[in-house]
Amino acid sequence: MTSTSQPPTGNLALLDSTLARAKAEHRAALITYLPAGFPTVDAGIDAITAALAAGADIIEVGLPHSDPVLDGPVIQTADTIALRGGVKIADVLRTVRAAHQASGAPILVMTYWNPVDRYGVERFAAELAAAGGAGCVLPDLPVEESAAWREQAEKHGLATVFVVAPSSTDERLASITAHGSGFVYAASLMGVTGTRAVASTAARTLVERVRATTDLPVCVGLGVSDADQAAEVAGFADGVIVGTALVRCLLDAPDQAAGVQAVRELTADLADGVRRSDTPVPQPTS
Amino acid sequence: MPGEFFFPDTEGQLPDTGGYFGAFGGKFIPEALVAAVDEVAVEYEKAKGDPAFAAELDNLLQHYAGRPSALTEVPRFAEHAGGARIFLKREDLNHTGSHKINNVLGQALLIRRMGKTRVIAETGAGQHGVATATACALLGLDCTIYMGEVDTERQALNVARMRLLGAEVVTVRSGSRTLKDAINEAFRDWVATVDHTHYLFGTVAGPHPFPAMVRDLHRVIGVEARRQLLDRAGRLPDAAVACVGGGSNAIGLFHAFIPDTGVRLIGCEPAGLGVETGEHAATLTAGDPGILHGSRSYLLHDEEGQVVEPYSISAGLDYPGVGPEHAHLKDSGRAEYRAVTDEAAMRAMLLLSRTEGIIPAIESAHALAGAIEVGRELGSAGLIVVSLSGRGDKDMGTAATYFRLNEADTVGTEPEGASQ
Ligand SMILES: Cc1ncc(COP(=O)(O)O)c(C=O)c1O
Repeated sequence: MTSTSQPPTGNLALLDSTLARAKAEHRAALITYLPAGFPTVDAGIDAITAALAAGADIIEVGLPHSDPVLDGPVIQTADTIALRGGVKIADVLRTVRAAHQASGAPILVMTYWNPVDRYGVERFAAELAAAGGAGCVLPDLPVEESAAWREQAEKHGLATVFVVAPSSTDERLASITAHGSGFVYAASLMGVTGTRAVASTAARTLVERVRATTDLPVCVGLGVSDADQAAEVAGFADGVIVGTALVRCLLDAPDQAAGVQAVRELTADLADGVRRSDTPVPQPTS
Repeated sequence: MPGEFFFPDTEGQLPDTGGYFGAFGGKFIPEALVAAVDEVAVEYEKAKGDPAFAAELDNLLQHYAGRPSALTEVPRFAEHAGGARIFLKREDLNHTGSHKINNVLGQALLIRRMGKTRVIAETGAGQHGVATATACALLGLDCTIYMGEVDTERQALNVARMRLLGAEVVTVRSGSRTLKDAINEAFRDWVATVDHTHYLFGTVAGPHPFPAMVRDLHRVIGVEARRQLLDRAGRLPDAAVACVGGGSNAIGLFHAFIPDTGVRLIGCEPAGLGVETGEHAATLTAGDPGILHGSRSYLLHDEEGQVVEPYSISAGLDYPGVGPEHAHLKDSGRAEYRAVTDEAAMRAMLLLSRTEGIIPAIESAHALAGAIEVGRELGSAGLIVVSLSGRGDKDMGTAATYFRLNEADTVGTEPEGASQ
């Protein structure tokens, strides 16, 4: 890259406006996660495109890692299949580009810090922005270690979505949200990814505590697997994040076409769910 | 507050407040673990300055673990090492059979101070798992040990020991089914149970404060060895040699000698079938900087940051990462690291057994093989101290196969020049 060329600009603004539009429609946004390269790069793109067509507002594309310590067995299996299939960062970027071009939606990458650090933070941010990406979720990169990433994210118009947990102190929440952009990812419970009963009281409390520190939208993930849970979470959060349940659609299907169909159907259900929350989404207090 | 056997490094400048040793270390952990890891750091800082903690730890280290550990000169073994004088720091004689107990007893007392009731740990060779299960039995704590399936097979004796001690042993079947994967699984457990569970990490890797805390708890190895050598040999050694998996016994031996610039610090990594074959776990020799299990250090990974599956005959060294302080000692040039093949380690195991009547752990045999090389380089004027980090009972299955010990009337693979 020459010093005179403009850095490519990522789609942080598109992420902001997408979340604002959902709010204006008095509903939560639906954010879905699927790993790139699973079950193959092309079939993964098909599944993501199907999710977008069925009502997902925002996509998190997983960059598979050899050591996904924050993922349960379902996403571990998907990552292993993708890596055995030879998925590379170039394939992840191709997936981001295809998903964005097919839909115009904001596309985030979710991964562990080592692949980004090793690939080169600046190179990764530049290439993600050039692919039309909107930012990153890096769940093992705490705010204290995030300066190098945030510098590049800012330079390239990318979101830095931090994950917060029920165990985060109020002081830390304030520091984390002050350094993040796009939205805040509130983990509904203490644990790795997987489907289970959502601890909605803990999640609701955490969302309230986060809102006390920031005007950023607060989206809730970990454990949400069906429309009823999505509706419940939509009652108190700005967005609902679903991963494992969609990955399982692809894992359990007899063939790729059936898997993509199952992703489409579940996403359509979830999109209904985020629109039928009983409680209206709270408006920012500012 | 140092005690008789507890020597936290109170003068050193490392790590800094962010947990960095130069460019290495830090705290790359999910937000869910930050509060718990910070609690460990705060509680350890308090314990370090509390005479009651040092007194209780001293008492356990002396009357339960059996410290100080002996320093044994091994002249018949040394004949095969260029005639240099070689002394072994006998961590194998500690209760439970390795250095691991030093760290475990310290963290166990910390757990009690924090009021946690459940302990999890990873183990490769099973020595850290056995030491942890032992401390949990002693203090009445619930104990779950994660161990890769390959290791539950090759270290079956230690699986039985852990279960006898009342621990639950969970077999891990992901990845290469070895130490790295056991650590992954322990982290997954911890993220969900951190309110009442302590992760009793077994080496000088992981997020800050583990590399510094575990080092402090093992510093006794080098402090004792230094005194014992001055007393017995009348001078400091030319070299201190230890095997390096995550690096805890090595940092324990090295640390007290860091200011003694005339003492070479030599870490021996597992070269497996040979570094050039790709079948090895020689992280500092063949790796590049990267992040695994909570800190930045050297790492065996590809150009896209995917961790390479390591290999070593030794379960305790079969790990693609290494503690960040070793990465710093390598880059600063204060320590050197060399790679020792399976074959050289097994030969050294047989040699020590037959010349001195001491059966070492295969991990420790890597240090012995390194010492043979270093001894030949130094010649007969050389003086070497080696960390004999553990005893070999757990490795009898591997040794029996390797040396065909169960075939009547067959002579096992003779070590070069061992028959005399
Ligand atoms: C006897 C022995 N030595 C060495 C090691 C390697 O660990 P470290 O490098 O942390 O000393 C182990 C680990 O299991 C061990 O059991």
